Amino acid sequence: MPKVTVDGLEIEVPQGATVLQACELAGKEIPRFCYHERLSIAGNCRMCLVEVAPGPPKPQASCALPATEGQIIKTDSEMVKKAREGVMEFLLINHPLDCPICDQGGECDLQDQSVAYGRGASRYDENKRAVTEKYMGPIVKTVMTRCIQCTRCVRFAEEVAGIEEIGAIYRGENMQITSYLERAVTSELSGNVVDLCPVGALTSKPYAFNARPWELKKTPAIDVMDAVGTNIRLDSRGRAVLRAVPRINEDVNEEWANDKTRHAVDGLTHRRLDKPYVRKDGKLVAVSWQEAFEAIKANWSGEAAVVAGDMVDCETMFAARELAGNAMLEGRQTGLAYDTSSLSAVNFNTTIAGIENADVILLVGSDLRREAPLVNTRIQKAVRKKGAKVFAIGPETDLTYKVEWLGDDLGALSKAPKALADALKTAERPAIIVGGGALRYEGVHGAALAFAKKYKLFKDGWNGFNVLHFAAARMGGLMLGYAFDGGIKTLAAKKPKLAFFLGADEVDYSLFAKTFKVYVGHHGDNGAANADVVLPGAAYSEKSGTWVNLEGRVQRGERAVFPPGDAREDWAIFRALSDVLGKRLPFDSLDELRAAMTKVVSSLGQEGLADYGWAEPKLDAKVSGKIADYPIKDFYLTNSICRASPTMQRCSSELVHGQQWLEAAE
Amino acid sequence: MSLQDKDRIFTNVHGFQPWNLKAAQKRGDWDKTANLLKIGQDEIIERIKASGLRGRGGAGFPTGMKWSFMPKAPTPERPNFLVINADESEPGSCKDREIIRHDPHKLIEGALVAGFAMRARAAYIYIRGEFIYEAKVLEAAVAEAYAAGLIGKNACKSGYDFDVFVHRGAGAYICGEETAMIESLEGKKGQPRLKPPFPAGAGLYGCPTTVNNVESISVAPTILRRGPEWFASFGNPNNAGTKLFQISGHVNTPCVVEEAMSIPFRELIEKHAGGIRGGWDNLLAVIPGGSSVPLVPAAQIMDAPMDFDGLKALGSGLGTAAVIVMDKSTDIVRAISRLSYFYKHESCGQCTPCREGTGWMWRVMERLREGNADVSEIDTLFQVTKQVEGHTICALGDAAAWPIQGLIRHFRPEIERRIAEHGGMLEAAE
Repeated sequence: MPKVTVDGLEIEVPQGATVLQACELAGKEIPRFCYHERLSIAGNCRMCLVEVAPGPPKPQASCALPATEGQIIKTDSEMVKKAREGVMEFLLINHPLDCPICDQGGECDLQDQSVAYGRGASRYDENKRAVTEKYMGPIVKTVMTRCIQCTRCVRFAEEVAGIEEIGAIYRGENMQITSYLERAVTSELSGNVVDLCPVGALTSKPYAFNARPWELKKTPAIDVMDAVGTNIRLDSRGRAVLRAVPRINEDVNEEWANDKTRHAVDGLTHRRLDKPYVRKDGKLVAVSWQEAFEAIKANWSGEAAVVAGDMVDCETMFAARELAGNAMLEGRQTGLAYDTSSLSAVNFNTTIAGIENADVILLVGSDLRREAPLVNTRIQKAVRKKGAKVFAIGPETDLTYKVEWLGDDLGALSKAPKALADALKTAERPAIIVGGGALRYEGVHGAALAFAKKYKLFKDGWNGFNVLHFAAARMGGLMLGYAFDGGIKTLAAKKPKLAFFLGADEVDYSLFAKTFKVYVGHHGDNGAANADVVLPGAAYSEKSGTWVNLEGRVQRGERAVFPPGDAREDWAIFRALSDVLGKRLPFDSLDELRAAMTKVVSSLGQEGLADYGWAEPKLDAKVSGKIADYPIKDFYLTNSICRASPTMQRCSSELVHGQQWLEAAE
Repeated sequence: MSLQDKDRIFTNVHGFQPWNLKAAQKRGDWDKTANLLKIGQDEIIERIKASGLRGRGGAGFPTGMKWSFMPKAPTPERPNFLVINADESEPGSCKDREIIRHDPHKLIEGALVAGFAMRARAAYIYIRGEFIYEAKVLEAAVAEAYAAGLIGKNACKSGYDFDVFVHRGAGAYICGEETAMIESLEGKKGQPRLKPPFPAGAGLYGCPTTVNNVESISVAPTILRRGPEWFASFGNPNNAGTKLFQISGHVNTPCVVEEAMSIPFRELIEKHAGGIRGGWDNLLAVIPGGSSVPLVPAAQIMDAPMDFDGLKALGSGLGTAAVIVMDKSTDIVRAISRLSYFYKHESCGQCTPCREGTGWMWRVMERLREGNADVSEIDTLFQVTKQVEGHTICALGDAAAWPIQGLIRHFRPEIERRIAEHGGMLEAAE
């Protein structure tokens, strides 16, 4: 551990640290534009210059200089001050002074740092450079005149998103950042370059000219677009959530979020259910809460089935289960019927952060890039940085890294092809990821478990068996017993008299033709259209709730805004309904509900990884057949919120269906 | 005492004889090269060190020492590489062009000897894209050498396998910077890399790499044949050897000529370039080492020794020994302004000071040329050059700054005169 002196303060820094990191450890702020902790070092902005002895008598870029024993670093000398002023001046000479109309205003690194480290006035009398806009797709708006060529976006695209679609062309002061042939950036992570851009060159297209950062109320929340449980911050103004940005959580999303997470929020104000409805003569008619409750009471027999959708929180599922009884619960809307006797056998045991350390990974019917983009980036990292090998069974698809495709035949699970078997023999941390595309087929679950055992995927401190879910409600639902033996078809076959559908929009409602259907949810989608009674609930941004992500991580989000109109938080709806039905639920507040829920499932009471303990269910390992396709056909339209979102509809038509969107001339 | 014909290394630099293998062998190239390799790898490096050869590409780093940085035991997975810099783009420089045009086998033989000494698996010759004829000659010469078994498997029957690849650049000056050249060879945008790691640690394709100038490599076989003492006998201490001087500008007979290092400027010009146009009193200034070094006014350069240390003492440098002579008919401000334009045009755009600074400097220079400026802008310009110099990833920032600094240092009165004549800066009506 080298010892260095920073501005007279002697500190010890970890081996391999850079001078910039050493300065930060010493509590010194080093201005920077191009340097980013999660990207490779470019060293091109020259803003982080410091004086280092021993070394040449000129300032050094601290981001790229390794800290070595005995270095004397000065961050406040005259030379450093001059160097920073110089670089700042250079950055500003060709930067337009359009801060008043720039969306980055208020959260702009260039603004902040020019105030802190720049010179008071400009000495530049020449004309400024102007650069034409570049088209980067429906998410990223470009104002390239503002670009300071830090290349963060280029490095992100290549290193994290795994697409080589952003790059620099021309040279010198004509250097421009652009997308390949100015086509849309096809990454489902493209929105992250907006956060990375230190200036207003790349801003959010859907959010353009919407708000200033200081007007926004910021609420920590959990994303429900997939099962990763991305930690997000909802920025709201008044009653509308204007944007979602990621919070840093090293275990889950690092500091990224996918485009659906970020931009489906405009769906929260479209197609909302804001009144209760009851079906009268085949048509849904708006009614009062009382009337809706009475309609349910008429069909109440003391018990009901409950089908949970993909985005509901644990509190809602718990309240519904307390009211309806736990005999007929199901959350796997699309008909999956895998065994849930051991939760650990349907969990992502390696953990999201842990999969980075895997050296051989087998994907079984899992289109990770669509099903869990942020798990995909971890594997992309494992491949790129640590040389992990990835094999996959299923139809070929672009996962952004090199994959050895073993074909669609599931038989490969019971008889591994030679390449895979050889790789597994020498692997130290092998892992398997079984996706929803494979779990549809009988025996896959058992075969995968047998495979894991045969190829020693379980080692000391390493569990390489993973099931990948892609519904935010799934793991929480399974913990609360939302899994009917035999799946939803068997449940429907029991012909329940009354069934609650909690935001369940992917269900085949024809199965429940004879059932009195109560839809509790927030969007007028498939579920509401088929329901007999619609009770307007709250979306994830409108309630405090608990979600469990695919690795069994219990996380809580907070309420950012109130539900629209007459809509109410879901648990409160069940509490009110219970009074009408004469089966009063024993909690009057969210805290009481959580206490009751914790009593039933204790691990839901504490944030963090739930400990399921490894237990292997005895399953039939016979498997045959081919994986026909992956469950997610259209990444941008997977649930009722994004189907209501204009941004997601545009992304879908442009990026999935290849339609051209023409911009109006202004 | 100037160089005698018997001591010339580049015996065909003027192209009086054919360049082909047969003619080259008559001139002594490829003469028992296997014996040179038998000297042994470390011993070759020692001898090159002893000869005092300093890199001919401009920086003047001791060549033998550079070779000694290469790993001594490369593995097949991570071989050593030699990259030869023939991307000669510096305004004023044209020595590599002459070598490749008329004496390509000197270079190829040098590549084998140098590559063998640094245990390289192959040499990549990165030739400037505009050198179309030269590239054709070089490619033909390499083919000749392969056909004669001089390179390739069991090169010169020495038991050493060595390949030579010719790679043509696309016309970017910055690709003459060693790490930018490596990037370009790898097929990427030619932009200098951050150092450390230095190429000797991680260069081409991440493997240990040495980048040498054409001239440095070409002289190596002759040094070994005639002995390091012979080479070291020319020039002042620490500035040993012979050197190709490229004399251009306002001399009577511009030429590329091999001379001993440390030859006084006056002797060099009188002997080879037919004197200054209009006599020595007509000399205004000289850029002694290619466009990137500061100019030296007439009075200081006349009797200065033409070598690394002698010119450094004058606040300039030997660079590539591209001597640009300017007589009093020269518009010196315009001349430097043109160089500023060159650096603005050739900046790669990677790091801030050079990307933004070169354009700014050029624009101010253009106004100074006409005097359309304020006197205070001379100081501002000088400060801007100081803000660029030493703040960039590679030396192009320095190269852009130095000519302007030299101009302001030596010709400030001329700039001020122009401003006074013009009546200061034109203000736009508002």
